[in-house]
This record gives sequence, C-alpha cells and structure tokens, in this order.
Amino acid sequence: MTNKNGWGNLYLVFVFALLYAPILYLMYYSFNSAGNMHEFEGFTWEWYGEVFQDTRLIIIVINTLVIALLSSTIATMIGIIGALAIDRIRRRRLKDTVLSLNNVLIVSPDVIIGASFLILFTMIGIKLGFASVLISHIAFSIPITVLMILPRLQEMSPSLIDAARDLGASRRDVLSKVILPFIKPGIFAGFFMAFTYSLDDFAVTFFVTGNGYSTLSVEIYSRARQGVALSINALSTLIFLFTVMLVVGYYMINRRATNKPRREEPIAVGGPR
Amino acid sequence: MQANTRSIYMLPYYIWIVLFVIAPVVLVGYYSFFDVDGNLTLQNYRTFFTPTYLQMTISSFWYAFLVTLFSLLVAYPAAYLLTRTKHRQLWILLIILPTWINLLLKTYAFIGIFGTYGPINALLGTLGFGEQQLLFNAPSFVFVSVYIFIPFMILPIYNALEEMNPTLVSAARDLGASGWVTFRRVILPLTMAGVKSGCMAVFIPSLSLFMITRLIAGNKVITLGTAIEQHFLVTQDWGMGSTVAVVLIIAMAVIMILSGGFGKEVRHD
Repeated sequence: MTNKNGWGNLYLVFVFALLYAPILYLMYYSFNSAGNMHEFEGFTWEWYGEVFQDTRLIIIVINTLVIALLSSTIATMIGIIGALAIDRIRRRRLKDTVLSLNNVLIVSPDVIIGASFLILFTMIGIKLGFASVLISHIAFSIPITVLMILPRLQEMSPSLIDAARDLGASRRDVLSKVILPFIKPGIFAGFFMAFTYSLDDFAVTFFVTGNGYSTLSVEIYSRARQGVALSINALSTLIFLFTVMLVVGYYMINRRATNKPRREEPIAVGGPR
Repeated sequence: MQANTRSIYMLPYYIWIVLFVIAPVVLVGYYSFFDVDGNLTLQNYRTFFTPTYLQMTISSFWYAFLVTLFSLLVAYPAAYLLTRTKHRQLWILLIILPTWINLLLKTYAFIGIFGTYGPINALLGTLGFGEQQLLFNAPSFVFVSVYIFIPFMILPIYNALEEMNPTLVSAARDLGASGWVTFRRVILPLTMAGVKSGCMAVFIPSLSLFMITRLIAGNKVITLGTAIEQHFLVTQDWGMGSTVAVVLIIAMAVIMILSGGFGKEVRHD
C-alpha cells in the first residue's frame, strides 16, 4: 500500500461519483426546458411549477408526511415498551427468542411483509387505505425503534434505579425521571429511523394501499412506469433537499445528545425499502 | 401481584409480536394450501416443483448471488480506504446519505441514464460502439441493484474494519507478512463478521426486489419477489403467491441459520 493515496483516493472518488451521479443527473435535468432526460435545452422552473400546481401530488405528499409522523410516533411509544420488556427478561433463552421475534420484520423481504399484511388485513376486515397503510408502517417500524432504544437501556447502571427507589421515587417517577431521560437519545434515534423508514417504504405500502389511497413512493412508481416525466425530477430534487435537511438535523441532535466521546455510534441504516 | 400489574404495560408490544410477526407467517403458510377457488390442496406445491418455477427460483438466487458478489467487490476496498481517510465521519455520512433517497427515484434515474438517448449510449456512440439497448435486460438489473446496495455493504464492513485492532496489522507486517498475506490471514478473517452481515443485507432483499425488475429489467428477470407481487396483485392467486413466499421464508431461514443466527448484533449484558 505504498501508493495508497494515489490509487486509493481515485477509487474512492470513483465510488462517490457512482453513488451520486444518478441523483445529480436527476436534479440537473429537473431544470431542462426540453422536457426530456437527455438533451439539455435551457433552464426552466417549469417542472417545479408543475409540482406545486399538481393538487393530487400535494395531497399525496401530505398523506405521506402524515403517515410518517403518526406511524413513527406510535411505533416509538410501543418500541419504548418493547425495549423495557426485553430488558426486564432475565432468562437468557426467552430473551433471545423475543429478540429474534423482534428482528423478524427487519430481516424479512418487503414483499413478504406486504403480502402477509395484505392477507391479515383482509381476514380481520380492515379496509385497505389510510388505516391499513398506517398500521403496517407502525408494525414494521417497531422493531427498529426497539433496537435503537435497547442498547441505551442496557448501558444504564441498575444502581441508578436502586438509588431513585431508595430516595422514595415511585415506579412512575423512576420511569419518567430516571429511565426515560437516560434513554432519550435512543428514543430520538428510533423515532428518526422509523420516520425515514416510513417515508421511504414502497413495497409494503404497495401491497396494502388498495385503490384511491397513495403515498409518494407508490405514486413515483406508477408515474415512472409510464416513462420519463420531469415533474418527477423536480420532485426528487425537492425530496433530496428535504432529506439532506433531515440528516443534518438528525446529526445535530445526535451530537448534542452524545457529547462525551462514546464509542462511535453504531451507524443506523435500515434495509433498502 | 406487582409483576402482574407491571406486565400489563408490556401488553402492546407482545400484542404486536403476535399480530404482526407470528400471525402473518402463519397466515402465509395457511394460504399456501389453498387454490384460487378456495379449495384445500397441495397443488400449489406441486406447481412450484415444476421446471418453470424451479428455474425461476434458481435464476432468482443466481442474480441475488451476482448482486451480492459485485457489491462486495466494490464495497470492500471502498470500506478499507474509508478507514484511512481524514474526516471519516463526514465521508461515512456521505455514504449513508444516498440510502435515504427513495429507492424508486434512484431507479428512475437509471431509466434516463441507460435510455436510448441517455449519456451512456451517447458515450458508446462517440467511442464507435453504436447505440445499444441497455435497459430491459439482466445486466442493467444487476448494475442498478448493485448501485442500490453498495452502501449497505460498505457500512458493516467499515464498522468491522474500524473495530479491528490496528496493532495486529502492524504486528503481521513486522513479522514479515506481505501486504496480501496480511490481508488474507489477518484483516479478512477479523472483518468476516462485517462481510457476512453485509452479504445478508444484500442477498435477501435482492431476492425480492420486484420494482427494479419491473422498471429496469422489463420482464427479462423474474425474481421470487416479482412472482409474489404478480400472484398477489395481478393474478390474485394468493395461494400460489403464498407458496412462493413460504419457499422464500424457508430459504431465508436456512441462510440465517447457516450464517449463525440473527439478533446477535444486540449486546446481552
């Protein structure tokens, strides 16, 4: 590795170029007045205008955000309960079993989650649409919130709780004044991951959405199947900027929450959705 | 008594496990024994073991293998080089960022890039290769899938490399091992866990990426995922779709067991 700076850096530049080229390509042509993705004719805001005038699209964006906010909030609450539940289990075997069950939805392919939820909703009699999409987003976000919260909980020294109890704190106080503040970074991380999971999900939503209700991913899929439309490019540019803002925000919160130089945060990425 | 009141708080989580983890798997298994008309039958499994379905399964696994292999080949050196950079946090963040861009948007970009008038074809044209049909075939499917999965392969390997004690490498070098021997005997074994979880994170989803096959590969590539989607949403043959899903679940479980179980990433004590 004598020449590592030369070839190595070149290789890294290649990988980064590969990763970003398609995204930049989309953004570049979102300003193309020619209306296609191969000949740049002139600069225009036309496609952005089209996005903002498309009421159907705006409703879908709102739907997507509402689902993401609601599902990640509820999933985080159940995730806190789940993490507490798993942390409380003393028997190793049982703990492993519950953890494995927790992780089933993380490792399962999306089509299987989607298909099996479709069967479930049809059997229980839940109408496909807002409710089914919301419930499935909550369901597949719960395990990741558990996984983000649990390590914090395990890091917590039990003497902290003993001390609180000795000083006369009720169980409710222990939870709200000791445990929850301590695991707050995990809760935030879990909420954030659930939020991005929900925003990104396509396959599961595609299965349980039925007619008439749509989220952004499903809409992009059906539009992309019809071919190139530059309003999708404009939309993706907007989404990209929004994502960058989210990521920056997340890292700011994370940095503030973990001031002391802990072991590097395990990098959180979900499966591709 | 106390233990009881306490467990009530835990109820929502356990209800979730029963309703959304256990019940769906059971339901898929149950439905796989019914035909389109709702009769109890083993016909779906018989259909599955016909050449058409077996061939599809094999090709699905073959493509998943190719995607995993190419992702690994691109990602390992990248992960290694990333551990040598300054401002590593920033670079890693830049690797993660594309994973937060909607999968469909990235796939959609390739419709333009690989299109008849797209930049790749323009390049091929100037190089004198003439115009090629780049979309709607297997290689384009593999390429786009690899593109999508690269970050998911880089990150676990990067984490494994980061956790490795660098003095071990120095020791190997001091003892006279060449760069390649050090890599093969020290670095690779020590980062095998990362490679494994990266491969899992790529292999299993690539068995089921029906949207990329639909958008990029036309109908030239049919994966298990495509078949499930087709049966559930197009032909409405839930029984057959469930059968394919059962096979996929079993395959997944086997892969998990072979590679040493899941849920290990979480520390116990």
